[in-house]
Amino acid sequence: MRDVAIIGVGCTEFGELWEKSFRELFVEAGVSAIQDANIQGGKIDALFVGNMSGGRFIEQEHLGALIADYSGLASLHIASTRVEAACASGGLALRQGIIAVASGYHDIVIAGGAEKMTDVDVETTTHALTAAADREWEGVMGATFPGLYAMIARLHMHRYGTTQEQLASVAVKNHHNGSMNPKAQFQNEISIDAVLNSIMVADPLHVFDCSPITDGAAAVVLAPADVAKKYTDTPIYVKASAQASGTLSLHDRPDITTLDATVAAGNRAYRMAGLSPKDIDFAEVHDCFTIAEICALEDLGFVKKGEGGKATESGMTAIGGEIPINPSGGLKACGHPVGATGVKQAVEIVLQLRGEAGKREIAGAEIGLTHNVGGSGGTAVVHIFGRER
Amino acid sequence: MSVPRFWRRLKNVYNLIGTQCENCGMYYYPPRSLCPKCRRSSLIIPFKFKGEGEVLTYTIVHSATKDFEKHVPYILAIIKLNEGPNLTSQVICSPEEIHIGMKVKSVFRKLGEESEKGMIYYGTKFVPLLNHSGK
Repeated sequence: MRDVAIIGVGCTEFGELWEKSFRELFVEAGVSAIQDANIQGGKIDALFVGNMSGGRFIEQEHLGALIADYSGLASLHIASTRVEAACASGGLALRQGIIAVASGYHDIVIAGGAEKMTDVDVETTTHALTAAADREWEGVMGATFPGLYAMIARLHMHRYGTTQEQLASVAVKNHHNGSMNPKAQFQNEISIDAVLNSIMVADPLHVFDCSPITDGAAAVVLAPADVAKKYTDTPIYVKASAQASGTLSLHDRPDITTLDATVAAGNRAYRMAGLSPKDIDFAEVHDCFTIAEICALEDLGFVKKGEGGKATESGMTAIGGEIPINPSGGLKACGHPVGATGVKQAVEIVLQLRGEAGKREIAGAEIGLTHNVGGSGGTAVVHIFGRER
Repeated sequence: MSVPRFWRRLKNVYNLIGTQCENCGMYYYPPRSLCPKCRRSSLIIPFKFKGEGEVLTYTIVHSATKDFEKHVPYILAIIKLNEGPNLTSQVICSPEEIHIGMKVKSVFRKLGEESEKGMIYYGTKFVPLLNHSGK
């Protein structure tokens, strides 16, 4: 197996982008990643596209071919593959790209993700997203994604004394970080009271506890680590790529408050990198809901089980804190175009490690982690990146 | 969900019929055709659950998908059946009444409908065990 590096990154703005189509979004992200890597299209061997639900959102499947075509790469006949694992589609596309380069099968690979969620009405979007849960045994019973995570939150509060204010403090922190990210969907600060006074979606989760519906795309260019310096002075090295499955349904989880796929993927990633949670300088985690960030802090080993709420309230996860979490603004403020999120997380790590994150830069960061979840925890993907090989 | 897809599961959904692994004795609801513990399918038999259990966790859903928007707010819960397995369902009681650990019992109820002309789904919901009027 070869070591792999990221030599270029690109990301569109995130938001309700009425004027841009799915294909335009992906091409914009892909082209900016290719320009950033300073390579020619003819150098590209393969393309992996993370996308959850083109079929439902834009009534378009066969997205690998679409993207290759509109990226001007169909005439070169490059291998182009769509990858799906619900909200973890992006992280999984990235992992497939890394595996393709590490194995020696391909040299230069684009891994990207895109989702166009606003071409249909909100109810259709919600219904499509519910397909990430078990349609036959959760969706049919009236489960929604906010509802599933609300049940995690309810039990977490009951068992560990986690408060609604602690949940809200995740949203407040991520909006603060998002206010420093020019690509974020929400660049405004919010208060604890604003979260607690926003409308209830699924008790105890308010609308400001939830990530929004977002259009967007992100892409990275991968290369063998041995040749990465040919393309850029600041390659960012992949130190671990890990993936794990859990039960599709929340009700089948051994512990409702633990995403055991996250625990498994995290442990595999730490082992692969020869690192432990305390070696991680900062992380982009899957905060599709505020409770999800609290669980991620615990399940990735940054704090003990049950202490994620308190840790967030104390400022431990703010930029400048002990372990900054979601400097990009996370899914909450940066937005959550489901297929793009896992790749956007890697883009943020690269910008931070290169020292190009502007006002939200985490000084002196050497090692960053990404954590991308599909559904309520049926899939988890964890990557670790470093400035040094 | 399409008609055949719902029809196929009627006996399981209406009567709370899951499966049991004859090899290790584990009960499954929703039903499984392969025991994840033994990882074999040859010894799976149907099993009818009694329908009693307790609320493991719950939420009150205020914003639902199209099929359920007429029913908001409703109580969604994970119920731990006395035989062991957990399932997702709705509990019919007041929001003030619902709590973690509440003992509940299954009832046959309408689950939802696709549209005015579409299919109506029936299935299992739960009511408090001590007061199962189901209103």
